[in-house]
This record gives sequence, structure tokens and C-alpha cells, in this order.
Amino acid sequence: MDGVMSADIIVIILATGIRLATPFLLAALGEMFVQRSGVYNLGVEGIMMMGAFAGFYATLQLGTPLLGIAISLAIGALMGLIMAVVSVTFKAEQGISGIGLYMFGWGLSGLLFRLYVGGVTSIDGLKPIAIPLLSNIPIIGPVLFNHNGLVYTAFLLVPLSGLILYKTSWGLNVRAVGNKPEAADTLGVSVVRIRYECLILGGMLAALAGAFLTIGQANMYADNITAGRGFIAIALVYFGRWSPWGILLGSLLFSMADSFQSMVQVLGINFPYELAVILPYLVTIIALAISYGRVWAPAALGKPFQRGTRG
Amino acid sequence: MGEKIEHLEMRGITKRFPGVLSNNKVNIQLKTGEVLAILGENGAGKTTLMNILYGLYQPDAGKILLNGKSVRINSPSEAIELGIGMVHQHFMLVPTLTVCENVILGLSKNFFMDLKTAAKRIKEITDTYGLAINPDAYVWQLSVGEQQRVEIVKALYRGANLLILDEPTAVLTPQEANDLIQLLKNMSEKGNSIILISHKLNEVMAVSDRVTVLRDGEVCADVNTRETSQEELARLMVGRDMAPCRREGAFSPGKPVLELQDVFARGDKGTDALAGVSLRIREGEILGIAGVSGNGQKELAEVIAGLRKTSRGKIVLNGKESTQMSPSRIIEQGLGYIPEDRIHVGTIPSFSIWENLILKDHHQPPFTKHFLLQNRTIMSHSSSQVEKYGIKTPTLETPTGRLSGGNIQRVVLAREITRKPVALVAAYPTRGLDIGATEYLHSKLLEARSNGIGVLLISEDLEELTNVCDRIAVLYEGRIMKVIPVEEADERILGLLMAGIAEEAQVQA
Repeated sequence: MDGVMSADIIVIILATGIRLATPFLLAALGEMFVQRSGVYNLGVEGIMMMGAFAGFYATLQLGTPLLGIAISLAIGALMGLIMAVVSVTFKAEQGISGIGLYMFGWGLSGLLFRLYVGGVTSIDGLKPIAIPLLSNIPIIGPVLFNHNGLVYTAFLLVPLSGLILYKTSWGLNVRAVGNKPEAADTLGVSVVRIRYECLILGGMLAALAGAFLTIGQANMYADNITAGRGFIAIALVYFGRWSPWGILLGSLLFSMADSFQSMVQVLGINFPYELAVILPYLVTIIALAISYGRVWAPAALGKPFQRGTRG
Repeated sequence: MGEKIEHLEMRGITKRFPGVLSNNKVNIQLKTGEVLAILGENGAGKTTLMNILYGLYQPDAGKILLNGKSVRINSPSEAIELGIGMVHQHFMLVPTLTVCENVILGLSKNFFMDLKTAAKRIKEITDTYGLAINPDAYVWQLSVGEQQRVEIVKALYRGANLLILDEPTAVLTPQEANDLIQLLKNMSEKGNSIILISHKLNEVMAVSDRVTVLRDGEVCADVNTRETSQEELARLMVGRDMAPCRREGAFSPGKPVLELQDVFARGDKGTDALAGVSLRIREGEILGIAGVSGNGQKELAEVIAGLRKTSRGKIVLNGKESTQMSPSRIIEQGLGYIPEDRIHVGTIPSFSIWENLILKDHHQPPFTKHFLLQNRTIMSHSSSQVEKYGIKTPTLETPTGRLSGGNIQRVVLAREITRKPVALVAAYPTRGLDIGATEYLHSKLLEARSNGIGVLLISEDLEELTNVCDRIAVLYEGRIMKVIPVEEADERILGLLMAGIAEEAQVQA
């Protein structure tokens, strides 16, 4: 009896872990492109909040989560564009402008929520899509193949991002611009344009990560629903050494620890609960401390590009 | 790609920057298969002129004619389109990408890169000109000479038949430089035109067909190389007769002032950058360190100055072991240091001239009394230094970073020599300086020598080393290959040692 219970619990922990990895994957993959192009956007958290609210509110008003996602993507693109104007065109200090964007997103999403919604309101979010046949496999089926569309999207984005980064001309431009923008510039690659594109893409993915929280998980909006996930996503980019597969590993490590700790609380498993709560963060900090190496970072990360000056 | 460039003319090019007339009615001409050298000191306007041709700047007046037709070049990509390629002095390569990726960067219009076809075309080009490059190697793995070849391939791949090279041999060993000169001749024979920017007279003589000399932004001569000489070119370039600084007086070194015994130290990458260096510098001698930069020179200077830890071995400065001393104790012990990066390590660029001049002594009398800076003393000291070392500056309050490279070096030199060190470490002190400033620096080093200071001069310029040093040590991969008296040192032997070939150098010596 006990043994059967543990197997069930493990399936639940794993399936939840896969689901919880989604927002980290989306936001971190977006931030990976941004940083690969030489900009770091600390405003991910703020974009996620705006994406979360926009997706929630559009779904509430229009009744379909797909439109919620579309509008959330548009808001994310807009937020990315704002960051691009400030940090690329006006060459503002990136750390400060990113924090500014975070506070802007935080304040605005909270304000809009209070103005237009007010209290706890639930919506009809995304439904899980069981993949035929595959979802029937014991253990693996419920763990991997019974999730909503955004979960699949996030995981499919991992190999797709790798393909884009390493096999396409655009990916080559991104890597060049983030490592030696002056070289890209002399060859007619527009540093400004690539950085704009990456920031907009990163903004869209961050907003999608936020929308997942409201449309794909909680089916409601609450203040500070993102709970620091945007900042953890940035840490995961460093942990993953700017590679999609590294980010996948980091996201899973964190989300599995998170899933485990919530199960500890819900099911009252015999494990000190205080320790369980800090577990995901502890794992991240330890993993970051072990893995962090400046060697892997894009060489031009954080440096605004100005033609005619040499690093 | 446009039609082949048979003839290029830049006519009446004028370019102003705030406060400077960088190019004043400059005319140059070049026809196919020709190698044109543009010679001039730093600030003469060579690079500005080429940046105009490459579309990085727009001229205020004048025009560019290709095959007799006037063209406007608004950006580097338009220059490339017209068949103009440029090899920058600081390579424009992305170290984390492969050779192939670097070559096709900015070219591919397809969604997916076609690296296979690119590699094939690269091979065609390298076969035509006899360049050996592996397209799949990462650029950071390549030597400087190889990286330069990648730059040339990059330009040729884009269909360039007019190639601009900005100070191409500055970073090469003598052998690599000879290879490059051969390659340039080969390329011009195959119908390419080449513009070579340089202030090195010997290579201009070796490779060019014609020389255009720029001085203060104006063309002061346009001569056929065959009808001129190094002396004439030097005179034209500087505007007065030049006599290279040479050491004179007998070589009578005194007691050792700086000794390194089997010193090991790690570089930034964690590997041994110095692997058992032993050296001895005596009073009144200049010991040169030759070698391609990146073979431990930076670490050697830093270890002596106490800025980098030794992992093994012993350093003795002025009779006391200084291996574990802090940089400030080493300074007190009598070490002068002219660092490689004169702008950011040698000075604090945002500090004024007077602040930088007292940077090492500001905390003690006569500059400080009772915790207060003694302004009057400092100012009179500083203005006499500015005068004595000929530092060209509007005021003493001017931030040092606004001065030219030569003047910044004079500030560093004034500070270091005035402190009367027993030993002086000078790392690449003339890098990037023009002939006039270089000559001044050499005279000061020689003056230090005759005042009994032991000088360690790190340089990659062999002419400089053979002119001012008493002995030359060659550093290769963190080891001293050999220490030879200057009388026995010639370019070929030093070059072989710099490439790590010890036996051959001995056999043939």
C-alpha cells in the first residue's frame, strides 16, 4: 500500500515539475537570445507580470485563452521594444533600465488589475491536451504527455532555439553581435536591428511565461503572481551557460525541487517543511555557485554599441 | 559585386573633426595590380582617409572615383559591394565563431546557413593564394598571423579586388611579416590592388610600388618606391632629419638590481603563463624582452610589479626578496613601472595631469602634510614636470585621458623616472606612438640607463630592441629561449627564437 502511494506521488511530483518548468523555460530562452545579442534585460519579471495580466484580462473579456495569449504576446513585444529604445538606441545603463522596466510592469499590472477587475475572478484557462497513445504509457504518459499547449510549446522551443542559434543566418548574426559587435558592424550586420529583434522576441517569450501563470496554471490573476520567477529565469540563463539545453537542465532542476517542496506541504510528507520551502532556491544558488563562469558569457554583454569606439 | 576596380582616385578629400582638420584636400590614385603605401605618423590622417574610402566616415569635401565614375560610399557594406575590402589593425573577427562562420557573417540571405558550400569556396580562395587555413577551426584557437589571413580571406570571399590593410605587420613576428609581404606581392600580381597603411619604412620599401606620404592631414609627397629611400621617406614623414636613438657609451653594468629565479606564474586562463623564468638586470643596463605578445610578457611585468602572484620561484629587487611584497612595498623598494596599458593602468584617465603626476607619492611629504595635500608644492612640481618632459596640455587640470597617446606616456614617464627608481620595467612603451614620441622615449630610457637605472624593456619591435638594449632575452611560451648580447642579435635569429625554434637558431648562428 505504502509503495503504491509513493509511486503515485512520484508521478504527481514529476508531472507537476514538468508543468512548473514552463514559465522558466519560456522566459529564460527569451532572455538567452537577448543576452546572446549583448544586452541583459533585468525587466523580465515586469514583462511577465504584464503578460500575466494581459493574458488574464483578454481571456476574461473575450472568453478565449488563445486571444489572451495573442494579446499577451503583443504586450510583451511592446515591453521589449521599450527596453530596446532605452538601452539600445539611447544606450542607457542596462541594469538600471531593466530594473526600471520591472518596476513599471509591476506597478502598471497591479494598477490595471485594481481598476478593471478588483477582486478574485477566475477564468476558463487552457485545458490539458492528452497526446493520443503516448499519454497512455504508464508513468511516462501522465508525466510528459498530458499537459496544456503552452507546456509543449515551451519544451519544443528548446531544440528549436538551438537550431535557430546555431544553424541559421540570423542565429549567427546574434552570436556575432553579442561577442564582437564592431566586427558584425563592419560586415553590414546591423547591431541595432539584431538587438531590437532579440529584445522583442525576449519580451514576447517573457510575456508568454506570464500568461502561462494566469491562463495555463492558476486560471486567475493575483498581485505578484510571478513571485520572482522572472529573476530566477535570468539566473537560469547564467546557469545554463547561454545554451538552450543548459537552460532546460536548470529549469527542470529548479521546478522539480519546487514541485517536491509543494508536495511535502500538501501531502504532509515527513520532511521538515521549512527546509522544503527553501529547497528550490538553495538548489539554484548552489548550482549557480558551482557552474558560474564568465568564460561562457557573450563578450559584449551589457556594453552599449557605439560605432567608432573600441572596447 | 560591381565591376572590377581598374582605377581608384580620391580627389580633394577634406574631413574635419571638432578642432582638428584630419584630411585637407588629399589626393590619392591607384590602378589595378599596384601596391600603394600610405605613410605617415599617428594623427597624420591615414586611417581617417581609409575609413572614408571604406564608408565609415563621409568626407566634408572631395570625391571618390572608381574607374573614372564618381561614387558615394555610405557604409562598409556599400564599400564591400563595390569590391573594396579592409583588414583592420584590430582584427574584426568574432573569436567564439569558426573561421567559416566569420567569413560568411553578414552575407547569407537564406534562412539556414550553408556552411558546406562556404567551406568549399574558402578552400578555392586559400588554394589560389597559398593560404593554409582550416575553415572549421575556432578563431580564438588561431595565431595572430592566421587570424590576419582569415581577414584577408574574408575580404576576398566578398569579391574584393581592392584591399586596404591598416598597419598589418604591427602584430606579427618577422617571419610572419615576411610571409605576409610575399602574399601581398602574389595578390597584386594576380590583379588585385592593395593599399597599405604603415609607418614602418622597411616594409613600405619592401612591398609597395608607390608611396603617398601624409603629414598633418596633407599629402606632402607622392613618389615611386624605386626612386626613393628610407631616409628620404622618414624625412618627408616627420618633416625634419631623423637620427635613430642608439645607445652610446661603454657598457659597464654594476651590481644586479632585479633578479628573477625560476619564476612561475599563472595567466588569466589558469595555465602557466610563466614557466621558469630566470633573469638578471644590472645597474646601468637595458635588458630587452623580445617575443610575440601573449607569450608571458604581460604576466612577467605584472609579477615583477607585484600585481600578479608567483606560483613558484623568487624575485629579488634591490637586494631584498620582493616575491611576497605588496605593490606599494615594491614601489618603495625602488621599482618604476611603465605598464602596457598606459591609459587605464598607467594613469587614471579622468584624473587631471597633476593628480596623475603625484599618484605614487601623494600620501607623503612634500605633497602631503598633516593629511592635507600641499597644493602649492604639487602645482609647482607638476608644472616643472610638464615643462621638463614636454607634455603638451592646455592646463594642469586637464584630464589625462584627453591627451594624445604620446603625451599620456610622457606623464607616466615623468612620474616613474622622477621617483629615481633602481629598476624600471617598461612594457611596450612605444606601442602606438609615432616616430617623434618614440624617439623621445628611447632617449629617456637611455638617459635612465646612464643614470645607473636597470631597465627591463618589453617590446615586439625588434628594431627598437636592437637599437637601445644591451642584451636581449627572447620569451616564448613563458620560457626564456635565450639571452643574447645585442651585438650577436639579428632579426633572423631573434625571429626564429620568437617562433620557438631554438636549435636551428643556434646551428645557423
